[in-house]
Amino acid sequence: MQRLTADSVTLGYDQRVIAENLSVEIPDNSFTVVVGPNACGKSTLLRALSRMLKPTAGDVLLDGRSIHRMPAKQVARTLGLLPQSSVAPDGITVADLVSRGRYPHQGLLRQWSPEDERIVKESMESTGVGGLADRYVDELSGGQRQRVWIAMALAQQTPLLLLDEPTTYLDIQHQIDVLDLCAELHETQGRTLVAVLHDLNHAARYATHLIAMRGGAVIAEGAPGDIVTARLVEEVFGIRCQVIDDPETGTPLVVPAARGKRAGASV
Amino acid sequence: MKATQDTTKTVHAVRTAGGLSFRVDARALVVIALLVAAASFAAVVLIGSGDYAMSPGQVVTTLLGDGTFQQEFIVTELRLPRVLVGLLVGAALGVGGAVFQSVSRNPLGSPDVLGFGQGSAVGALVVIVLFQGGPSEVAAGAVAGGMLTGAAVHLLAWKRGVHGYRLVLVGIGAAAMLTAAIHYLITKANLVDATRAVVWMTGTLDGRDWAQVWPLLAVCCVLIPLVLGHGRALRMIEMGDDAAHALGVRVERTRLVLLSCAVLLVAVATAAAGPIVFVSLSAPQVARRLTRAPGPNLAAAAATGAALLLVADWTAMNAFGDRQLPVGVVTGVLGGCYLLWLLVAERRAGRI
Repeated sequence: MQRLTADSVTLGYDQRVIAENLSVEIPDNSFTVVVGPNACGKSTLLRALSRMLKPTAGDVLLDGRSIHRMPAKQVARTLGLLPQSSVAPDGITVADLVSRGRYPHQGLLRQWSPEDERIVKESMESTGVGGLADRYVDELSGGQRQRVWIAMALAQQTPLLLLDEPTTYLDIQHQIDVLDLCAELHETQGRTLVAVLHDLNHAARYATHLIAMRGGAVIAEGAPGDIVTARLVEEVFGIRCQVIDDPETGTPLVVPAARGKRAGASV
Repeated sequence: MKATQDTTKTVHAVRTAGGLSFRVDARALVVIALLVAAASFAAVVLIGSGDYAMSPGQVVTTLLGDGTFQQEFIVTELRLPRVLVGLLVGAALGVGGAVFQSVSRNPLGSPDVLGFGQGSAVGALVVIVLFQGGPSEVAAGAVAGGMLTGAAVHLLAWKRGVHGYRLVLVGIGAAAMLTAAIHYLITKANLVDATRAVVWMTGTLDGRDWAQVWPLLAVCCVLIPLVLGHGRALRMIEMGDDAAHALGVRVERTRLVLLSCAVLLVAVATAAAGPIVFVSLSAPQVARRLTRAPGPNLAAAAATGAALLLVADWTAMNAFGDRQLPVGVVTGVLGGCYLLWLLVAERRAGRI
């Protein structure tokens, strides 16, 4: 049994059902990436896994216990989340923002221990923002800012870390930068990472475990090399393509078919 | 207790031998100390001024219990309760405003813009105009009106959580409707009641005695520490609900507790002194610019509110020759100027 699982959950907002009877297991120590077209329920799944959305049926289990029945701070010490949209308060410095990641480990009488300080420093070093500690977050570039938010999530020191589209709004250099950082965290610190990504090629290159979703259901899951085929891509994303070997890494590389060919062959 | 000072530049902490640790923002502490000093000084000057003038030295001596019988009577029976009401009302409005502005993530999301002052006024006016009630019934009416408005605005603004803009828009709508209700009640009233109603609505500390101090003090002693205790969670909520949630904050519950406390504080303050405008709007903003610290600055907002209200009261009593104005007039003028300055500054900074 893996540490984080969704057990036949039904997910939705108000009356609108996004996913029904969905079961997902996040393999321990994996870098799991969830992909799928817009509105396939991948972000909703992540919200459920991170306790932000309560399933109307079924249960999300963390270490065998229902995540919704665990104390909030206890969950936050085991499971971290980098949300898609966070607001940096006006006039906050990098070090102050990263230090907020220590919140679930603190209390009214234990607000800033030597351990907090050490971990915040380490988190800033390992994300390469140590030199920016005294800078204001509003002054940073998008890429730097995303590193700061990741540093905050790291300071939370959770064995499991969920990231909701961490590369959105970044240019290609910073996208690769953030993904390299995730891969490094996964490899060197042994954390289990779950990320929702838009770019299928990024997913195939970085994931150790891939979950492909469409219409609120899991269509395929496994190592990218095993599951990414032209048929799967067409089934999930509705687009014809070739899957070739990535010349850099040997992982699957999805090359969409040329416009003429697609138009001729599409349904 | 051996305290060690932290060396990191950005996060200062005091740690004790027993493994306890407290975050300290040196600048904020100095600012709060200065504000408390300013408020105390204003309090002493206020107690000393009036038809029977006393020097600050005499006031302090009397407060310490060494005054003459006459001084004793004037200070403890007449002027001290008024000043205490001013301090407590200022602190309550400052904290209440800071909570609302932080939750709505909007400096305009303060209780007097969102209609809580008007709600309390409707409650008080209903008692004055329809039931000809006495001062304590009026106060009860004001508290009830404020709390009902709070509950109604919260319910109307709630949709999978309370969000900044919705709260502000619903609040402004509520304020408009309640203002209409106020005008209706005044036109319905006879001359005596209407005069009483208008005086109540201006907001004044005149004639406040211990009967106003005790309930206010009790409410502040319970609710202000409760709000301050949730201050750390509120700082997390400022980063967005998702981020706060991820850090283990119970977002909805924290917000409900804080908003309830803020509504109650503002309602009780309004019941004691009438709707004193702009303190809850400006105190948190002034506090934030003084401390230069991110976050809701709750304690600093309380100290700013108290100092601001007493300074305004002194101005109202002394700056216009023989004509003494109600404090609400002065806070209105000060707050109006402040708001204009804020808008100009924000426009220069390119934010609006």
